[in-house]
Amino acid sequence: MSVPPLVARGLAVSIGGQTVVRDFDLAVQAGECLAILGRNGAGKTTLLHTLAGLRPADAGQVELAGETYARLGPHRAARGRGLLLQHQGDAFPASVLETVLVGRHPHLSRFAWEGAEDGRIARAALAAVGMSEFAEREVHTLSGGERQRVAIAALLAQRPQVYLLDEPLAHLDLNHQIAILGLFNKLARQEGAAVAVVLHDVNLAARFCDQALLLFGDGRYSVSGIAEQLDEARLGELYGHPMRAVPDGARRWFMPA
Amino acid sequence: MPSRRRALIVLALLFALALASVCLALAVGSLALPLGAVWEALRGQGDGLAQEVVQGLRLPRALAAFACGGLLALAGALMQVLLRNPLADPYVLGISGGAAVGALAAMLLGVGLNFGIEAMAFLGALSAMLLVFGLAHGDGSWSQARLLLTGVIVAAGCGAAVALMLSVAPEHKLRGMLFWLMGDASHATDPWPPLLVLAGGLVVALFFARDLNLLSRGAQLAATLGASVGRLRLTLYFLASLLTAAAVTSVGSVGFVGLVVPHLVRLAVGNDQRVLLPAAVLAGGALLALADTLARTVVAPQQLPVGVLTALIGVPVFLFLLARAPRVEVS
Repeated sequence: MSVPPLVARGLAVSIGGQTVVRDFDLAVQAGECLAILGRNGAGKTTLLHTLAGLRPADAGQVELAGETYARLGPHRAARGRGLLLQHQGDAFPASVLETVLVGRHPHLSRFAWEGAEDGRIARAALAAVGMSEFAEREVHTLSGGERQRVAIAALLAQRPQVYLLDEPLAHLDLNHQIAILGLFNKLARQEGAAVAVVLHDVNLAARFCDQALLLFGDGRYSVSGIAEQLDEARLGELYGHPMRAVPDGARRWFMPA
Repeated sequence: MPSRRRALIVLALLFALALASVCLALAVGSLALPLGAVWEALRGQGDGLAQEVVQGLRLPRALAAFACGGLLALAGALMQVLLRNPLADPYVLGISGGAAVGALAAMLLGVGLNFGIEAMAFLGALSAMLLVFGLAHGDGSWSQARLLLTGVIVAAGCGAAVALMLSVAPEHKLRGMLFWLMGDASHATDPWPPLLVLAGGLVVALFFARDLNLLSRGAQLAATLGASVGRLRLTLYFLASLLTAAAVTSVGSVGFVGLVVPHLVRLAVGNDQRVLLPAAVLAGGALLALADTLARTVVAPQQLPVGVLTALIGVPVFLFLLARAPRVEVS
C-alpha cells in the first residue's frame, strides 16, 4: 500500500497548559475524508494547525507523504497541504480574483508572475464555489458567507493533496454547506485528495465523511470509521449533552435530546 | 488580475514624474535657468555660474531629497505590511525619535558640524531600532501588538527627551533644532549614501515582494502558503528601520511622505507589493524633490523646512483622493 498523504506518529499537542492529545496516531489515506468533532476549546484548531506544520508538537511528528515538515521546508509543504483558516483578515483592499490567486504562490518561482494558467485555475476555483460573478469585487464588500467561499476558492487554487479545513461551513447557508462538503468529498473520491475537516454538524459528518476523530478535550481521543463513532452514548459524552439517534431508513439522524 | 502591462505603464508614468521633479529642482531658484541651460550645465558646458549652481548646489540637494523621499515611502510601505496596518508609518516604531535625540544632542553639545550631527542621528536611530527590537523580541515571542506598543512607548520616551533638550537649548540653537525636527534638506550635500541605501533596499524588498503580499494577508495564511514568516518579519523590521535611519539622518524627520505615499500608490495600483514598492519609491522621491524645490523658492530668499511643504501638498491631495475613492477602508 502506498504511503498515506498525512500521518501523525506519537503526537503530543497542548495549548495554554491544556493537553489536547497525547500519543496521538493518525493516518489519512488518499481518497478519505476525516471529520474532527469536539466541543469548543477541545483543541480542534490547535491539532489542525499542528497537522499543518504551523505550530510545533510537544512530541512526535507529522509526515506529509512520508516526509516531515522539517525536511520539506515551508515552500514544498505548501504544495502538499492546504489549510483553510477559521478567520480571514483583510487589512488591505484587494479584489476577489487577487485573493484567490494568492493560492498559486507555492507553484510560482520567486520572480514569476501569475500567468494565464494561474488565472484559469483561479477562475475555475471561483466557479467551483459559485463565486464566478464576483471576480472583480472588493473582498471588503462581501458578506461573511461569500468571503468564506472566496477563502475556500483560494485553497482550491492551491491544489494540495491534503486539505485541512477549519470549520469550512462557518457563515455558509444551507445549500452552500451541502455544496462545499460535496465538493471536498468529490475531490477525495475522484482526485485522491486526503481531507480532514473540523465540523460541528454530526449529521453532515455522517453524510460526507468516512472516518471521525473525536476530541474529548482532556487529552483523550478516538479515531475510527464514522458509523462506529457516531452513537448516542459517545456523542453525548463528547458534547456534554444527551444525544438521540432517530432512524430514517438506512440512516440515523442525531439530535440533541 | 495584477497584469505586468498595467504595472509597467504606471511605473513608466511615475518615472517620468520623478524625472520631471528633479529637472524642475535643477531649473528653479534665485537663478532661473531654462532646461537647455540646465542640460548644458550638467554636461559641464556653458555659463560657469550656471554650472556651479546646478552641479554644485542644486543637483546634490535634489538627488538627496529624491533619495530620502524614496526611502521614507519604501520604509512606510514595508512598515504597513509588517504591522498589517495601513496607518503605520516609518516613524511609528521610534526610529525617528531615536535619530532626533541623537541629532539634537549633537547640536546642543556642538559636536562637529554636519557630519557630527548626521553620525549622531544615525547612531540614535540604530539605538532605538535595537532597543525596540530587544524589548519586543525579548522572550522570543514576536507579535504585532507587542512590537507596535514597544515602538510607540520608545517613541514617546524619545519625544520627551527631545522636548527636554529644546527647553534647555540656548536661543541661537533653537531654530536649527526645530528645522531639523520638521525635516530640512538644506544640509543634505552628499546624495550618494541615501541613494545607495535606497537602491539596495529596493532590491532586497523586491526579492521578497510576493512573500510580502502573503504577509499583508496575515501571518498564518502566509505560513500555510510557504512563507518563512519569522525570518520575513525580521528582515522587514531591520530593512524598514535602516531605510528610515538613512533618510532621517540626511534630511531630518520629514513627516507625511512615509504614511501617505504608500497609501496614494495603493489607491492607484492596488496592494501588489511588486508594483507598489517601486511605485512608492518613485512617487515618494518625486514628492520630496518637488516639496524641497518649493521650500527653497516660495518665500525666497528665506527657506522653509521641507517637512512643512510635504504636509501642505500632501494633505489636500490625500483628502481629495480619499473622498473620491470609496474602496479604501481604513480599519
